[in-house]
Amino acid sequence: MTEMREAVAGSLGEDRHESGTPHVEFLGVGKSYDGVTEVVRDLELTVYEGEFLTLLGPSGSGKTTCLMMLAGFEAPTAGRIRIAGQRVDDVPPRRRNIGMVFQNYALFPHMTVGGNLAFPLEVRRIDREHAAQRVRRALELVRLTGFEDRKPGELSGGQQQRVAIARALVFEPNLVLMDEPLGALDRRLREEMQYEIRRIQRTLGVTVVYVTHDQQEAMAMSDRVAVFNRGRVQQVAPPEVLYEEPEKGFVATFIGDNNLLHGRIVAAKGDVCVVDTGHGIVQAFLVAPLEVGDAVTLAIRPERVALAAEPGLYSNEFEAHVDDIAFLGDHLRVRVGVCGSSNFVVKIPNRAGHGAVLEDDRIRIGWTPLDCRALAPDKDEGGP
Amino acid sequence: MARALIRGRGGAAAGLRAWALVVPLAAFIGVTFVAPLGAMLTRSVHTPVVADALPETLRLLGGWDGSAAPGEPVFRALGQELLAAREARTLGQVANRVNRVEGGLRSVLTRTARRLRTAAPSPEAAPGAGTQPDATRTAGAPAPWRDAILGMDEAWNEVATWRAIERAGERFTGRHYLHALDLDEAPDGAIVAQPEDLRIYLPLLGRTLLVSLAVTALCLALGYPVAYLIARAPPDRAPLLLLLVLVPFWTSLLVRTTSWIVLLQTEGVINDLLVAVGVLDQDGRLAMIYNMTGTMVAMTHVLLPFMVLPLYSVMRTVPPEYMRAAASLGATFPAAFRRVYWPRTLPGVAAGCLLVFILAIGYYITPALVGGRTGQLISNMIAYHMQQSLNWGLAAALGGILLVCVLALYLAFDRLVGVERMRLGA
Ligand SMILES: Nc1ncnc2c1ncn2[C@@H]1O[C@H](COP(=O)(O)OP(=O)(O)O)[C@@H](O)[C@H]1O
Ligand SMILES: [Mg+2]
Repeated sequence: MTEMREAVAGSLGEDRHESGTPHVEFLGVGKSYDGVTEVVRDLELTVYEGEFLTLLGPSGSGKTTCLMMLAGFEAPTAGRIRIAGQRVDDVPPRRRNIGMVFQNYALFPHMTVGGNLAFPLEVRRIDREHAAQRVRRALELVRLTGFEDRKPGELSGGQQQRVAIARALVFEPNLVLMDEPLGALDRRLREEMQYEIRRIQRTLGVTVVYVTHDQQEAMAMSDRVAVFNRGRVQQVAPPEVLYEEPEKGFVATFIGDNNLLHGRIVAAKGDVCVVDTGHGIVQAFLVAPLEVGDAVTLAIRPERVALAAEPGLYSNEFEAHVDDIAFLGDHLRVRVGVCGSSNFVVKIPNRAGHGAVLEDDRIRIGWTPLDCRALAPDKDEGGP
Repeated sequence: MARALIRGRGGAAAGLRAWALVVPLAAFIGVTFVAPLGAMLTRSVHTPVVADALPETLRLLGGWDGSAAPGEPVFRALGQELLAAREARTLGQVANRVNRVEGGLRSVLTRTARRLRTAAPSPEAAPGAGTQPDATRTAGAPAPWRDAILGMDEAWNEVATWRAIERAGERFTGRHYLHALDLDEAPDGAIVAQPEDLRIYLPLLGRTLLVSLAVTALCLALGYPVAYLIARAPPDRAPLLLLLVLVPFWTSLLVRTTSWIVLLQTEGVINDLLVAVGVLDQDGRLAMIYNMTGTMVAMTHVLLPFMVLPLYSVMRTVPPEYMRAAASLGATFPAAFRRVYWPRTLPGVAAGCLLVFILAIGYYITPALVGGRTGQLISNMIAYHMQQSLNWGLAAALGGILLVCVLALYLAFDRLVGVERMRLGA
């Protein structure tokens, strides 16, 4: 919104994860509402200036709680939060200068769009003329020029969403929090808004902490994604790293599809290990600090599994029984039983030759050790 | 109904069935509400007692010029009809009515009727049938009724007496309404205000409106924070808090009133306490009951739930995100409250205020019990005229005016706030 911000935005490269000035720091943060269950545990997370960071996780995993602690509506029960290097424990929400977009927008229904946008400026005692100008620019930014006099109730869901974003930006905060802002929109509008939010964030160079349970949305928008499960961060990484190099079984299955096999390491050499699944020996790529004898979880992407046209092509090759075939246009989704897993999915691209697969048939499938990641089994899968 | 009939036979049958379901309620309301209300409003303008009892007198008085006491035929009609009324035991009512028009005439009428019973002129003394008598002039002709009645009471020689009978004989009258508004009809028919010291009803009505307003404001000031607290309470605690609000509702009126007396009387708990801690000295004890203070305290207490409940049900529907959003936008709590929360609760505020005000304006029992002499409201005056003075016409007129006040208020409210925006429940 200011020239300075635009300059900042311009100077920020595409690839700026894990670098730059820390903007928000969660230092060992924990939260319990009832003193018994910890809904957020040992949270260590740094958000860098100008970064778009997404908290991704299933419903109830503590994402909103993190956002509320950052905004100042909830107090951490352990650890501390720093914003721009300052501890914020004693700073009330209204002094944190954080823009917030709520899931249900929380637009004030009795005020016009202009009134909603002018509200944060009025409480900051910014003079009328300036305020009107800023309101106009904010509406321009979200492409709603001329909507000042409408009431929120007269707008479509997407338009209300834009107004909510404009209101969170109009007082020029440098940190913006969004809690599932697109949850109420249909798919097409959601994709359009994902792009819009990203565009606006790039234009202004603000730091955004975004919450969603939709992994595609997180992948499409974020510089980095923090994957939450049961109040714990599982992995913080750029989307492509999360997909290609998941460090936990939960991440491997939550980001895209993954087949998990369980077994025990029987031999290891460098990055490669040999795993006994009890129903076959698999060679895998060792990413966790595990040793021979340890239990291990293997993650194999469905699209990295291929039909073996002739034996000996892959170092991991198995006979599998085809339980089910689903035709999904660009690919076939074949469910097979292999290595003790009855729910192993193979994605076969729709091109000549796929017709060879028939239900109840036996086929040969294979994958390379590099496409088979050996992870430490998730310890806390049992309970919170 | 008409639409349902147009929709075709199936629709018509369904429409009829739907209406049939409402019939019991409609009948109930008709019998218990519309009919009494209609009867009351009729009574406030319909005064048939004198007209029914003295028809011939009134007919003959129609031709009277009003400059002096009328002639023999009028006296004869009056005498005969007074006797008949005495026989029919309606004389008391007639005398009462006339007395309300002109004070002191009750005894004149009853005494005259009593004396006529023993001293009425014989029927033969009447002028011969067939000759149309001149109603107003007596010029020389024998006038046994006139002489007899004039001899019984000097008042019959006064023009004012006859005028009073004439006016009491009007079958329909706005007099009760004039009276209820502290107006009077001068002899020349002009409507004039009562002298300052005789005005009773308008000041009382004004006081009632003021007290109702004050009670409404008190209820709002006390009830709003309570409703806010309950609406924000965790779901397991809200019902308990709501219960506390409703307890006074369920307590017997007499128990409550007695408690107020124990607390507020001059030798009561509060005064004792204030004296004990030295805020007041023994002679400075506050009079907090049997006056307007007592009325206001007790009414506020009784009506508080009517404010809290609509407020609570509206507040529950205001998402907490609004206040959070306002805070995140930089607003202090007072600013967020004033600009965001308060406007969202206005429908509840409106509903609660309207409810409390309308209940307060017709409040009767509490002022009667704890209001003393100065804490009485218009309803107590209506009750007085119903039960003590038996001037039902005036009571009905006062009731009618109260009704008009409430309706006017409702319409004004509708204009300002919009009744459809008002919410009693979620
Ligand atoms: N105000 C609250 N009081 C008590 N428990 C809460 C409150 N808010 C959230 N929780 C609990 O904390 C857990 C995490 O909730 P939340 O942070 O909203 O998760 P998410 O946003 O990831 O869906 C949930 O089990 C939820 O029931
Ligand atoms: Mg949430």
